[in-house]
Order: sequence, then structure tokens, then C-alpha cells
Amino acid sequence: MSPASQRITIEDDKNVVGNDALITVSDVDFDYEDSRILSNVSFSVDRGEFVALVGPSGCGKSTILNLISGVLAPESGRISADGLGHHDERLGNVSYMQQKDLLLPWRTVAENGRLGLELSGVPRSESAERVKELAVLFGIEDVLDSMPHELSGGMRQRVALLRAVLPDNSVILLDEPFGALDAITRSSLQRWLSEVLDRTDKAVLLVTHDVDEAILMADRVLVMAPNPGRIVAEEKMNIDSSIGSDVMVTGEFIALKRHILSLLNDQEMGFGASQ
Amino acid sequence: MTLLGTARVKVIEWLPAIATVVALVVLWEVLVAVLDVQRWLLPAPSVIFAELLDSPGFLLGHAGVTLAEILIGFAVSIALAVVIASGIIWSRTVERSIYPIIIASQTIPVITLAPLLIIWVGTDIMSKVIVIVLFTFFPIVISLVSGLRSVDQEMVDMFRTLGASPFQTFSKLMIPSSLPSFFAGLKVAAVVSVIGGVIGEWFGASAGLGWLMKIAGGQFQTARVFAAIVVLSILAMALFAAVVALEKWSLRKYPPTATRVIRLGDS
Repeated sequence: MSPASQRITIEDDKNVVGNDALITVSDVDFDYEDSRILSNVSFSVDRGEFVALVGPSGCGKSTILNLISGVLAPESGRISADGLGHHDERLGNVSYMQQKDLLLPWRTVAENGRLGLELSGVPRSESAERVKELAVLFGIEDVLDSMPHELSGGMRQRVALLRAVLPDNSVILLDEPFGALDAITRSSLQRWLSEVLDRTDKAVLLVTHDVDEAILMADRVLVMAPNPGRIVAEEKMNIDSSIGSDVMVTGEFIALKRHILSLLNDQEMGFGASQ
Repeated sequence: MTLLGTARVKVIEWLPAIATVVALVVLWEVLVAVLDVQRWLLPAPSVIFAELLDSPGFLLGHAGVTLAEILIGFAVSIALAVVIASGIIWSRTVERSIYPIIIASQTIPVITLAPLLIIWVGTDIMSKVIVIVLFTFFPIVISLVSGLRSVDQEMVDMFRTLGASPFQTFSKLMIPSSLPSFFAGLKVAAVVSVIGGVIGEWFGASAGLGWLMKIAGGQFQTARVFAAIVVLSILAMALFAAVVALEKWSLRKYPPTATRVIRLGDS
């Protein structure tokens, strides 16, 4: 099937699913070595929406991101991101920040940052210019000439995030982007990322096992259960996080957190709020 | 650290080795004199040194022949290793059909092949180059394959999500990842390449340090044999140093790996 005809099919899908869904996942199953990892997963993320996916370790959260990014192909069901229905088409057209920073140790911060543009043939001078612009926003403009091993974990995460979002795709996938950080760095990066993403019209899907992080950052939270991985609940968040981390001690926040934790604990997997 | 300070640290590091060599040479000189050992049996270091100074152009000429063979053989080995290692990484079929043969081929002593090569290709430079390739190809290809294989699947996936083609993943991820391992193999190859050159010359040549040692040995010119050995070992060390310098330059942007050396013997 030619890419053009596929795209037409996806357009049809979009009309069915919703008016402005940038990510649609419908009835997706995924197997790995004869065991079912994901079963009948369906959801969508609209333009300008920030959705968090929470669930215990091993419930297939990262697998969903691998499927949407095109790294993996589903067993059955359909996935589309930014109108691209075939997994090979999505590779290179979806921004995906993996759990590890995966910076190339032999490249400077600036050279790591422009990797995506370099691979798609953008001239060096232009990509360097765009890295510089975004680096100011990401607070890494002073370390552009440093090597990754000279940076702290938090700085490396910022570089990895910059590398992922620099190609300016409409769909952004984040896999535990702050997983390796200490609490203080994490909360400042969370607030900073929320601010940055609030100003864009992209669709963001965040995978986390930190319920606080999900409530703070997302417009909507999808709760997953393991064996096989499936979505068991969906909650809209109406938290005003503009008052900063104080929001986490408000009654509203705590009630939401209690509710999501109870949904997770229903799965009886010994799952905690944060690690 | 200042440049002078660095140089001083280098000297201090090398001092034990230099002192050991000097002590052994002095002991050798003294024992030869005291025990009155015949010159054809074991010449004193001073006699070997005199031989070196007596005909430096002669020795250097032969060293040049050996060096040329080594450099050509080395280049051929690297080119072959790059092609074959890439094929092994690229295709499982190539890996299955070639890799076991490469490993198995190492059970054949190269030294037994040298006389055959002389019969097949003659005594010109080609036979020596082939022997050197037989010695150096294996360490280079093995280290290259293991370096190319050291890449994480997650890294490859990251490249794919950024839209990299297989060739881009190979050139911008796998090749740079393999460099440290590649240079480890290159250092081993630099040392054994000298052995290969001498063995090749031993079986059939008209010039070169290996040929010179064989001829001089047959004529009981033992000092000349030793002089050739000295030049040969300087040649090997120079080759090794050249590879190390190339390695340092190529890996200058890589993170320092072994910052702390673990030594079980020191308390």
C-alpha cells in the first residue's frame, strides 16, 4: 500500500475517533515471545493535550511508546500518530525521549542535540542555530560545548529532551523523563516542562509510575494494569498547578491522588505512589 | 598540571623499567668479560652497540624493507577486516558462513604456511605481505566485530526514532562505538606484524631484517644478529607508539574510561 493511500485511510479514522486526535491507538494487542504484553489497548490524545500513563513496572507502558514511535509493530489493532498509520512511517516523525538519556559519549552537548536534524539532512549551520535557540529555553546554553560525561544527570536529561523535541514533531512521547533524578531537580524540571508544553499545540504522552508527577503535569491520566497490560481507568485532572508545589498539599490534589492510588491498588500488585 | 610536571611524572613512571634494563645490560657486559665468553657465542652489549654504529645505513636499509612490508600488510589487514566485520554485522548469513572459518583458521600455525607461500607466490614482497596479513588480520577483525556488537539495542532504537537509515546508524553510531575496541586489536596487530615480517623473510627473501638475521646467524656473525634484533624491537615499539598516538587522537573526545586502576597487590 502506498503512503498516500494509507494517509487517506487515517484521515477517515480521524473522523471516526474525534476531531483533533493526534495520537490514536485502537484495539492494540502486542505479544513478546509467546506471552501477551498488551491486550486490547485503545485511547487517543488530542492536539494540545497532555496525557499521562501510570501503572506498575512491567505493565507495558514503555511498550506502548515503542509502538506509537514505530520502534515496534503491533500484533493487531491500529495506531496512528500525526496521521501516520504505518510504523515505518512514524519512525523519524514522532519525538520520543526514552527512559535513559542515551547521549553519544563522543559528541558534545550541541552535537548530541542536533543529531535528529543531522540525520534528516538539515545543514550543520542551521541545526546548530536551532540547538542554540532551544538551549536557552532548556537552560543548557552554557554547556553546549561540554561532553556528556561532564554533566549531571539532570542536565543530561535536558539534553536528551532537547534532542527529542528539536525536530519539531507534533507528537511527543516521554518515558519516565525524570526517573533518574533526585526529588528537587525532578520537581523543578517538571514545572519547567509543564510550562514549556503548555505553550505548544502538540500532543504529549508521558509514561510514569509517579502518581504525583502524573497529576501535576497531565490533563488526563490513564491507569494501567499488568498481565496482560491494559488500560483500566481514565481520569480527567482539573488541578491548577500554577501555584507551584504547594498544590500537592491541597485537599483536591490529595483526593485525586487517593483515587488513582486506589485504582492502582485494586490490581493488588504492591504498587507505591513513587519510588 | 604544568608541562614540566607532566614530563617529570612520565620519567618517574618509566624509571623502574629503565633501571632494570640498564642493570641487566651491565650484568651482561660484566659476565661476558669475567667468564670470557666467545664473541660468536654471546657478544657483549658494547660489541653489539659497536656493530649498530658501524653500519647504521646497512641496518636501516634492511629495516626499511621490513617496515615497508609491515605497513602494506597492516593496511591490507585493516581494509579486509573492515569489509569482513561490516559484512558479519550486516548479515546473519555472512556471519554464519565466515565467522566460524575465521576462528577455525587460527588453529593452523601461520609458520607452516610460510614455505607454501614461497612456493606459490615466490620470494618477492607479496609472500611477506601475505604472512603479515595472516598474523594481523585476526586480532583486528575480532576486535572490530566485538566493538561493533557492543552497541545497545536502545541506542539503535533511539537512532531509528530520529529517522536514521541503516547506513546512518552504522556510520554515526556503530563505527564510533567500535573505535576503542578496534584500537585494542590494532595494538596487538602492531606487535605481531613485526613477527610476521621476520617469519616471512626467514623463509625466502633477498633483503630485510629477518633475512639479515638468518644470513648473519649462518655465518656466526652473532653481533650482527643481535644488532638486527635491537633494530627490530625498536621498529616494533615505534609501530606500537604510532598506533597509541593515533588512538589518543581518534579517541580524544571519548570519556576517560579507566580513571582509577584497581591493583590487587597494593595495600
